[in-house]
Amino acid sequence: MALPQVKLDATEARLSAADRPAAGASWAEAARDAALARVRDMGLPHRRDEYWKFTNPETLVQAETPSAAVFESDETQVFKEVDRLKIVFVDGVFDAEASDDLALEGVRIERLAEVAATDIHWAKDLYGVLEERGQDPVARPLAALNTALASDGVVIHVTGRASKPINLIYHHESEASDAILHHLVKLDKGADLTILENGPAAARFNKVMEVEVADGAAFHHVRTQGRDHERRAATHIFARLGEESAFKTFTLTANGVLTRNECVVELTGDNAVAHVAGACVGDGDFHHDDTVFVTHDAVNCESRQVFKKVLRNGARGVFQGKILVKPGAQKTDGYQISQSLLLDDDSEFDAKPELEIYADDVACSHGSTSGAIDEDGLFYLRARGVPKDIATDLMTLAFLAEAVEEIEDETLRETIVGRLEGWLERRRG
Amino acid sequence: MLEIKNLHVDLEDEEKTILKGVDLTVETGKVHAIMGPNGSGKSTLSYVLSGRDGYEVTEGSATLDGEDILDMEPEERAAAGLFLAFQYPVEIPGVGNMTFMRTALNAQRKAKGQEEMSAADFLKLVREKAKALQIDSDMLKRPVNVGFSGGEKKRNEILQMALLEPKMCILDETDSGLDVDAMKLVADGVNALRQEGRGFLVITHYQRLLDHIKPDVVHIMANGRIVKTGGPELALEVEKNGYADLVEEVA
Repeated sequence: MALPQVKLDATEARLSAADRPAAGASWAEAARDAALARVRDMGLPHRRDEYWKFTNPETLVQAETPSAAVFESDETQVFKEVDRLKIVFVDGVFDAEASDDLALEGVRIERLAEVAATDIHWAKDLYGVLEERGQDPVARPLAALNTALASDGVVIHVTGRASKPINLIYHHESEASDAILHHLVKLDKGADLTILENGPAAARFNKVMEVEVADGAAFHHVRTQGRDHERRAATHIFARLGEESAFKTFTLTANGVLTRNECVVELTGDNAVAHVAGACVGDGDFHHDDTVFVTHDAVNCESRQVFKKVLRNGARGVFQGKILVKPGAQKTDGYQISQSLLLDDDSEFDAKPELEIYADDVACSHGSTSGAIDEDGLFYLRARGVPKDIATDLMTLAFLAEAVEEIEDETLRETIVGRLEGWLERRRG
Repeated sequence: MLEIKNLHVDLEDEEKTILKGVDLTVETGKVHAIMGPNGSGKSTLSYVLSGRDGYEVTEGSATLDGEDILDMEPEERAAAGLFLAFQYPVEIPGVGNMTFMRTALNAQRKAKGQEEMSAADFLKLVREKAKALQIDSDMLKRPVNVGFSGGEKKRNEILQMALLEPKMCILDETDSGLDVDAMKLVADGVNALRQEGRGFLVITHYQRLLDHIKPDVVHIMANGRIVKTGGPELALEVEKNGYADLVEEVA
């Protein structure tokens, strides 16, 4: 089907303004060319697209990079208390000096820039592969754009239990940086890795992470985005899960004028578990969109989507979440909840929960609510002497707790709670 | 200690007057009971005194040790020494019971210009107070009132009372939803707190709670007013004859 002219023009304008990556090995060139063809075929998102009904993609798509003031904060230090391996990117470019040695027991870490120039590499079977699978049934053109244009990222092969987490840290230094990063993570059978991500990254950030989780492997992911208020980010995680594997991701987002986080998970082996969770706190000119698509294509798998948003001063939150249960995916246990706490009348939450089920022996539930702070709870706390502002914060943290509790590791969970407390305290003045 | 004078209260959202001139004085060290039929205004009185939204005081006053409490925020009333044991303690998922109680205690200490209590000292204090009320560590760890039985919720209220050491305790239908054993436990907890310098206002529909928490003075409330005041024998009269006679007598 021919694209509408407006879309065609926008797509070509964006492509012609983009820097193409240096020529790579033939497999990388083929993957990029194929992705470029996908972009041209789908066209970049437009605000009239159904999948972008609640989020205007204009600044994510426009040829000219929107500028964003560099925000001084400690966001790059979020996980400093954690023993981890640091990999640093500045405006989307790998910074070897600021990074640790890319050596970790049970893990092989390489740069996409090098891997893409290597003739024979396992990355060939993952780069753009899960992204392409994730284009059906819903198009995700920004992810294809990323595959076509990304020149850097990390390529991680986990063969055993990683001795510590890998921390991807993003710095933002230029007001007009337009960063595109593409990470690959491949976990062998029984392997285990935690990835942490934090930092403001760039004025505009397009990031894709493809994660292949083999049988019995476990992947944990905790990320913080935020406080770099003017930045715009579109991120995608594509994951494919083997038998009895686990995939758990949590994102904390604090402020940011525009964020769209998509997570596309496919459960292809029996007894696999996928948890996708997020907490976001937005104040003022803030737009946060969580778009999640979980496909059950095996027996006895469990998936959870838990998203909580606190919105004030006209902030806007979006949740689009789907559970697709394919024929034969019996004994599926699917759960989805999206809730917003609206602290005033100006803020808005749009939710589109969807279930599509083609198996007859499944348990799926979903719920979505929007509301103000529970007045009874607030009064109860105040009647015990807790001042109103602190009581409100306690109730807010309580509201977010279900999402935060999805983080299994206690230290990481406390780190996230600490960030949330800090955000609330700054607003208490 | 607690002095209520000619208190008139309307519901804010409806044109409805609930309290029509309540006069009541609770002296320090005493236990006063308020009994009355449903809809007489007993719970409204407890909410108005503790500062819940939705009520409008149109006339009269309420003071605690001479201080006007009606102009205070709920947390200020708490810091001034007023405590309401809720008829329906609120469940707050996501807030740990210990965190809640420590936050409350330290907020009150701060309001009084005292130093905050350390986590270790607080833990010691809670353990000691919880033991008498047969509150186990699991109840302390759980979110506030979540998954608590009716009896556990009421015991948790008394635990908070014991920790916060208020001057004036209002117990709103503390016996509702309790079996005899649970009521005894709660009453023992309350009795242990009876002392000079602390007053109690026990609101109840039935006389049975007053078998365990023996009042010094009993008031009968009907139609938004105190219609009769007497000694403990008044509660027994209600038990025997119901409210109808008493209420009619006055009307």
